[in-house]
Amino acid sequence: MKKRVMTAAIAALTLGMTGCGEPESKGIDPKIYTDSLFAVMKADRTNYTKLVVKRLGPAGADVIKPAEHWKDLDNGTLLPAQMFRAGAEAVAEMTDDFTYSLQSIWPINSQNAPKTPMEKEGLEYIGANPGENFYGEETLGDTTYFTAVYPDVAVSDACTVCHNEHKDSPKTDFQLGEIMGGVVIRVPL
Amino acid sequence: MKAINWIAWITLTLALAVYFGFLLFKAEDKSPLLIGEASHGHFQIELACSSCHLDAFGGGEVIQNACVDCHGDDLEMAHDSHPRKKFTDPRNADLLEVIDARQCISCHTEHQQEQTRAMGVTVPDDYCYHCHQDIGDNRESHKDLPFESCASAGCHNYHDNRALYEDFLVEHADAPWLNAVAALAQPSSASYHASALAKKASPAAEQWQSVSIAKQQQHPQIVAEWLASSHQLQGVDCIGCHVSSDAWVEKPGLDQCQTCHQGETATYLEGKHGMRLAVGLDAMMPKQSQMDFHPNASDQAQGCNSCHSSHSFDTQKAAFESCLSCHADEHSLAYSESPHGQLTQRALNGEQPWKEAVTCATCHMPRLLEKQHGSTSKGKPSMDFGSSINEALLAKLSASGEDVRVGVMHNQNLNLRPNEKMIRPVCMSCHSLEFSIDALADENLIKNNFSGKPEQHIESIDWATKRAMQ
Repeated sequence: MKKRVMTAAIAALTLGMTGCGEPESKGIDPKIYTDSLFAVMKADRTNYTKLVVKRLGPAGADVIKPAEHWKDLDNGTLLPAQMFRAGAEAVAEMTDDFTYSLQSIWPINSQNAPKTPMEKEGLEYIGANPGENFYGEETLGDTTYFTAVYPDVAVSDACTVCHNEHKDSPKTDFQLGEIMGGVVIRVPL
Repeated sequence: MKAINWIAWITLTLALAVYFGFLLFKAEDKSPLLIGEASHGHFQIELACSSCHLDAFGGGEVIQNACVDCHGDDLEMAHDSHPRKKFTDPRNADLLEVIDARQCISCHTEHQQEQTRAMGVTVPDDYCYHCHQDIGDNRESHKDLPFESCASAGCHNYHDNRALYEDFLVEHADAPWLNAVAALAQPSSASYHASALAKKASPAAEQWQSVSIAKQQQHPQIVAEWLASSHQLQGVDCIGCHVSSDAWVEKPGLDQCQTCHQGETATYLEGKHGMRLAVGLDAMMPKQSQMDFHPNASDQAQGCNSCHSSHSFDTQKAAFESCLSCHADEHSLAYSESPHGQLTQRALNGEQPWKEAVTCATCHMPRLLEKQHGSTSKGKPSMDFGSSINEALLAKLSASGEDVRVGVMHNQNLNLRPNEKMIRPVCMSCHSLEFSIDALADENLIKNNFSGKPEQHIESIDWATKRAMQ
């Protein structure tokens, strides 16, 4: 009897203490968080493609050379997809709070094909449902992630021409405005 | 009885604690602490434990930081194909369970001599399989190729593929195996730093003039050697090397040389000749190496003056005679009779300009562009290792108004691991890409110092051009 009373007292005390101190932080909804991140990514990606590559590249003033092996060229610069990945890699060196990647069901580099079941499901979903995003949760290693997949749309003919003409591209009939792949953003929960 | 056991146990424990404490903190020879012989890349500094074990506390990141501290800049210059940042995305979690590619030591485990192979790799040679197992499905040419051949047959490297990527292969296909011999560009980096130094010359240096004059009178032979040297041409006199921190230095060494030869000394300390000095150990001696050397050179401590004899600083001698006075492996012994050695002999005979000689240094210590504004993470001048600089290129760059500086890479190991690193900055100055790839993949040809043609052909260029034509 004495033992039960003690247990109940400790339980009550523990419950009572959870209400003490700072009010519980509500935090930002993961969906709003990833939507906001994607808005920044999309804006930068579109601007780099249209305002830099298209305007200053071979189709424009022809003063820069966007190329895969850009480091080997005078005036070489990153392709839009490489620019996006360079950003993702730089972010990964700064924080573990989120990661992002650019993937496609029709990747030029097969390493950028969807790999996890959720990536595959997400990319297929955004392809089949234009204008919609995909959200879910998945466990990779020993961590559970909130995973969001956003459509990556061809915003310039610089995107479609390059992919349609590349010898490693599995799809060669991309049209302007078409979904070419997806941006996958992960937030550890 | 029990008390005796306790006393014995405590005494033994204390004795061991004192012994290992002494080894850790006081002893100069820490070899009893070694858990196994270090790899060929690190054995020289294996007793400078703290060069890799930066901190007694902490996990794998401590070692990783040490790896990056020494090799990070080189990997950056090599356009590393598999940088750590490519593997940090959680989507690679399943792959990292097989090989944690975020950590250098996953593939380069130290103190495991019995399982260490070329390039210090300690994982099975078919490691590419784990991520690229579908390559045969995408490339007809790669179907049924054994995975242990990816990085061992002259086709791919894990880190440095600057001379091996597909577009580069296509761009440089169909070239004659030998072009005109390129003329070496004259180094200019040291004179740049020397002139910068002169602007800041201390007025106190004046007081050493009388000492300098007295020394010159005592050593006329030395003065004669100096008069014929590049130092004399550049106006670097006795005081320039012998006075440091307002004191006369009888035997100037690395500390004085690096005042002007910044890139050269920085890279020297990264190579096998200088890496012991870099971590505070005694200078390297040939007898400490597992390579073949002339017996009479065994105790030759390595420093600037061991190759560049003091006062004359004869760079012709340093470019091959100095090397061959120590190195006695098959490749070195075959040099004199090799086509490259014969070119050097013709230059020595006055039959062609010295700048067209192909010496040991031409290949192992190439002349490179020293970037004007760039510097590595350690603050040393950044040497562009992607392209060598020869006389023609130097003239072209100078004509375009660029303030180019030429340095000499003194880390002679940098372009040897793996040897395809040598293709762009060295081999392609005179040879085609195809010949260079084939030659560097032919072990017998390397041993006889390239006396002949490659006996095998690496098909990478053929496959790349075929795919490009499709």
